[in-house]
Amino acid sequence: MIDLPPYPPLDPSNYDLIIVGTGVSESVLAAAASSSGSSVLHLDPNPFYGSHFASLSLPDLTSFLHSNSVSPPPLPPSNNHDFISVDLVNRSLYSSVEISSFESEILEEHSRRFNVDLCGPRVVFCADESINLMLKSGANNYVEFKSIDASFVGDSSGELRNVPDSRAAIFKDKSLTLLEKNQLMKFFKLVQSHLASSTENDDTTTVKISEEDMESPFVDFLTKMRLPPKIKSIILYAIAMLDYDQDNMETCRHILKTKEGIDRMALYIISMGRFSNALGALIYPIYGQGELPQAFCRRAAVKGCIYVLRMPITALLLDKETGGYKGVRLASGQEIFSQKLILDPCVTVGLESLSSLTDQQNETLSVLVPKALINKEKVARGICVIRGSVKADVSNALIVYPPKSLFPEQLTAIRVMQLGSGLAVCPADMHVLYLSTLCDNDDQGIKSLLSAMSNLIRLPDPENHQSDSVVENDTCEAKPILLWRALYVQEPVKGEYGGTISSMPSPDGNLNYNEIVESALKLYEQLMGSEELFKEETSVENTTEENDGGVDIED
Amino acid sequence: MHGRQRNEASKPEETAAKALELRSLQSQFMSNHHQKIYTQEAIQLSAKLLGINPESYTAWNYRKLALESRIDEDSDPSLVDSIIDEELRVVQNALKRNPKSYGAWYHRKWVLSKKGHYYSSLEKELQLLNDYQKQCLVNDYQKQDDPKKQDNARNFHAWNYRRFVVELTETSEEDELQYTTDMISDISFSIYSAWHYRSVLVSSLVAKKADGFMPKETIRRELDYVHNAIFTDEVEQSGWFYYLWLLDQTLKMETPLRFSSWPSDGSIITTFCSESGSFPLILYFDQAVSGVNSSTVTIDSELQGHEDLVWEPVSDNKNSQVDSCVWVAHLKFDSGEPCFSRNEYKVKVSLGGIVSSMGCNLSTPYEFVFTVLHTVGESSQQGIVSWTDGFDNWDDAQSKDLISLIALNADAGFEWRKNAIKIEIDHLRNLPDSKFGKLILARLLMAEETMISDDAVKGFHYTEILQLYNDLIALDSWHAQYYKDEHSVALLHKVTSSTKSMSRHLFRYRKMNNIVCLRLNNLTLSRIAAVEKLLFVQMLDLSHNALHSAEGLEAMQFLCCINLSHNRIRSFSALDSLRHLKQLRVLDISHNHIRGENPVDTTRYLCSSPLSNSGEVGREVPCKYWDAYLVLRDLMEMKQFDIRGNDLIFSGEEFSSFVRQVVPKLVWLDGHKLTN
Repeated sequence: MIDLPPYPPLDPSNYDLIIVGTGVSESVLAAAASSSGSSVLHLDPNPFYGSHFASLSLPDLTSFLHSNSVSPPPLPPSNNHDFISVDLVNRSLYSSVEISSFESEILEEHSRRFNVDLCGPRVVFCADESINLMLKSGANNYVEFKSIDASFVGDSSGELRNVPDSRAAIFKDKSLTLLEKNQLMKFFKLVQSHLASSTENDDTTTVKISEEDMESPFVDFLTKMRLPPKIKSIILYAIAMLDYDQDNMETCRHILKTKEGIDRMALYIISMGRFSNALGALIYPIYGQGELPQAFCRRAAVKGCIYVLRMPITALLLDKETGGYKGVRLASGQEIFSQKLILDPCVTVGLESLSSLTDQQNETLSVLVPKALINKEKVARGICVIRGSVKADVSNALIVYPPKSLFPEQLTAIRVMQLGSGLAVCPADMHVLYLSTLCDNDDQGIKSLLSAMSNLIRLPDPENHQSDSVVENDTCEAKPILLWRALYVQEPVKGEYGGTISSMPSPDGNLNYNEIVESALKLYEQLMGSEELFKEETSVENTTEENDGGVDIED
Repeated sequence: MHGRQRNEASKPEETAAKALELRSLQSQFMSNHHQKIYTQEAIQLSAKLLGINPESYTAWNYRKLALESRIDEDSDPSLVDSIIDEELRVVQNALKRNPKSYGAWYHRKWVLSKKGHYYSSLEKELQLLNDYQKQCLVNDYQKQDDPKKQDNARNFHAWNYRRFVVELTETSEEDELQYTTDMISDISFSIYSAWHYRSVLVSSLVAKKADGFMPKETIRRELDYVHNAIFTDEVEQSGWFYYLWLLDQTLKMETPLRFSSWPSDGSIITTFCSESGSFPLILYFDQAVSGVNSSTVTIDSELQGHEDLVWEPVSDNKNSQVDSCVWVAHLKFDSGEPCFSRNEYKVKVSLGGIVSSMGCNLSTPYEFVFTVLHTVGESSQQGIVSWTDGFDNWDDAQSKDLISLIALNADAGFEWRKNAIKIEIDHLRNLPDSKFGKLILARLLMAEETMISDDAVKGFHYTEILQLYNDLIALDSWHAQYYKDEHSVALLHKVTSSTKSMSRHLFRYRKMNNIVCLRLNNLTLSRIAAVEKLLFVQMLDLSHNALHSAEGLEAMQFLCCINLSHNRIRSFSALDSLRHLKQLRVLDISHNHIRGENPVDTTRYLCSSPLSNSGEVGREVPCKYWDAYLVLRDLMEMKQFDIRGNDLIFSGEEFSSFVRQVVPKLVWLDGHKLTN
């Protein structure tokens, strides 16, 4: 890391805020802080924006995963100048990385046409907090979106059924019985009426869900509404996007309350109607998820934030007497000082270094101490490049496998997203498939992902290419072929506020950015007080009737 | 549209400015119009005017005149095209302003159907229309299924216009059917016009016997399709309307004509030999029929003078070409006839060649035979008729006199209809919360009841039907009266469904030669029904119910005593039906709500009044009590009349003397014997 070409020293060397890492929450924070007048220095060790949220070409992705899974060797702390410098260590969030390529030549030929997400499958709900933030901050000017065409629920039979998420979808659905349609629609109406009643003043005529019901488990409430298991499954996993099997009391980490369940449904329902040229509730940024942090970074830059890529930090500088935070040392050797520091979740302090620190110093660095995972919850992710599509005539789609639907020991839902060339993420006749699932250990997670993959795609026959044509007659003739695959397990790290030094979250196991964005907003509040974010932008971005609300969605 | 708020009023200065501009445009335009100026400038002025006010019919007409003045049959086609393009553009602008402007839509039609000019882009017109209809507007999440979002799709003008364009471009009906399917599935199934158009297309395809459109399979397919709509959203009425239409088609297909008669087949009737007179022969059909006369109905008996019987429909118009459900003829007998030496003789009646208003033909003749018995006995009533005592219980042995409706046609499609209805009944039972579902279920169960011929299973549904109507009264109080009426109908059908249930209500009145008395009191009846099975009843007790009119009783030609006391009758016009009961002797309408001052029964569309055209021309109607007069004057035989407990005016001397004048044979009035 030290063998960088000599870098000109930065001027000024004093900032209000230094942020390391250009992930989504860091970028949001940079934009917000810059907009409110703080001086911000935003660094990233990588040659690209986005950090763990970036979209990369296949070779770049491969090298990122591999390099991050190995920690560089630590240096001993040095006590020079007026400061104590504590060396920093990059720990890896990725484990069990396995990358296989089946058609190397073709992929190399097109390698520049890929923009593959690190944090996939990830998608934005039209009513997401992140969209609101983008509108507020003006970052929406830098991103274009496209609708996800359809949502499906899958099972072991290989069949993909549309998610009946609106009245028209329920009407058209051929797999629901008449009674099921009736019950599902009644439930939607109840939820909509409940949502409407909370926005209007105390209208006693609209039906509300009782307080008692709101506190009960969501899965019980659904049973109370006489919804059959198939419908419950659709609501829990394909609309509310839950992970754990809600019926299984032992393994379920988090039994959802009705209140939260309704909130999740509300997000989905509100998203459905928000933009008139969005097909459904979900949209995806063209050129990949990496565009989102980039958009915020651009915003920040416009407001005066300084950006330096390819610049890791090697050490923290603490005051000799108070033990408080003073600044950082860049890889170029320069020392930069700031009031506060925000760090990428990979950045930690080596254990050896910690032992030699005073209590005060330890307190300053509290967020950096590597902690054990509380829930031991991990996210297993998979990326496949395929030729063909998992569902004919559909390019961009979300597929959910509820718990136990693929195999009986499946404890958590598996989410799969297919994206096509229309989103400029891959070449024309190919698609990128993202998979993720929560797991307790690496093997369990990988196994789930492989099971989903075999349900949707087929592996190319390595030995005999000739026999392909013979094999094609049987049931998997329609399945797309796998060209490239990456499997890895990622540790989701929550953001943490630590006074002067805080750490941001790594990608979580959710489908959208809500929790990540919430984390950023909370931190902003704690850092800057309760000042409203992006205040001066709202008047500019005011929507008129004909606008989509300012978000550019292509057909 | 119902339930939608109007747009907020704009500021007064703006409206004033607009009005000023409009006024000047209009006056200029009118002068152009009157002087028949059709220059480019004048035409553009009219376009501007229409852009602001598309309702100006004069402006549209002006444009039509202008067009005609500019082009004729020999005009250059490209000129024609450009002029038509211009007209269409003006229409489009006007429609942006008001998408429901009749004038604008009509102008478009007029322009395109102008004879002699062929517009080259007719096919494009259909595509334009498709795009227009599929355009969706508002995107507020709360109004996701709001009609406003689909304004263009729901615009009935557009659908109407569509039919016009389709005819011009000769698009196939199958393609159009697919279009409605696409609109219903992809846009919304709340589009009434789409369903309506569907019904038109389906009817036409079935009538043409197009491929894949045989009636039964089509109805089955459509029923399955509309199930999606009514189950997905049971509150949404558009699906229900189409569903009702389909059920109607199902039930009407190959419906047999049914009838009942008095006397019924195989019955024995008694007449009194001291009177030479006649007895009525009543035919009751379940659909209105015409053409009942002595050539279609032949009588074969030993009585003389039966060849040219006069059949009269029981309605105000006595013409035999009129449609009516009930037809009466009077068979005369004379004690002087030779056959009277024997005490009984048979009469055979044959029916044939009768046409119903729904097109059902009774082609194969139907015959029934009954026996007439003479007895010697007192005929006239001696004392006042009491409704409480003097009654004997019904002897079950006499139950064979009870009538049931007989189906006249051989019913080929019966099985299919029964099965179809059964399926629908099963489906509807799964919608317990829907008022439409309940109502249709009740009607279907009634229909199924009429199709059941097996006596053991008959009458089974009525409990459920009555419960459904009770539920509906609670669920939908706005229409409570309607449900109460239907409840009464169902109740009466239940009572008359089997001999066992009927005999609980039947009695014999000793004092009048044991005539048949039917007691239907205290049953909360608000409407009279099942009359076709009660044609033999002579004495009817309907007291203590909720009746507001005597409608339906006109078919019961045998009635001589009626008790309608303690009901909700508000006027004499409500008793209009009683005029047809020539044999009525005893009438009790005490304790109702009959008002004294010129009341007209508003629950009936047609009732006798000096204002209506019914009633015989020429007879003078008195000013006071004209409503009572119109009813009472036809009750020539009435001997006992009770009108206590109504408006006080009826208890006075004036009314009493009036009644005695109109009804000369009256003996008992309000419980007192009249002195001469």
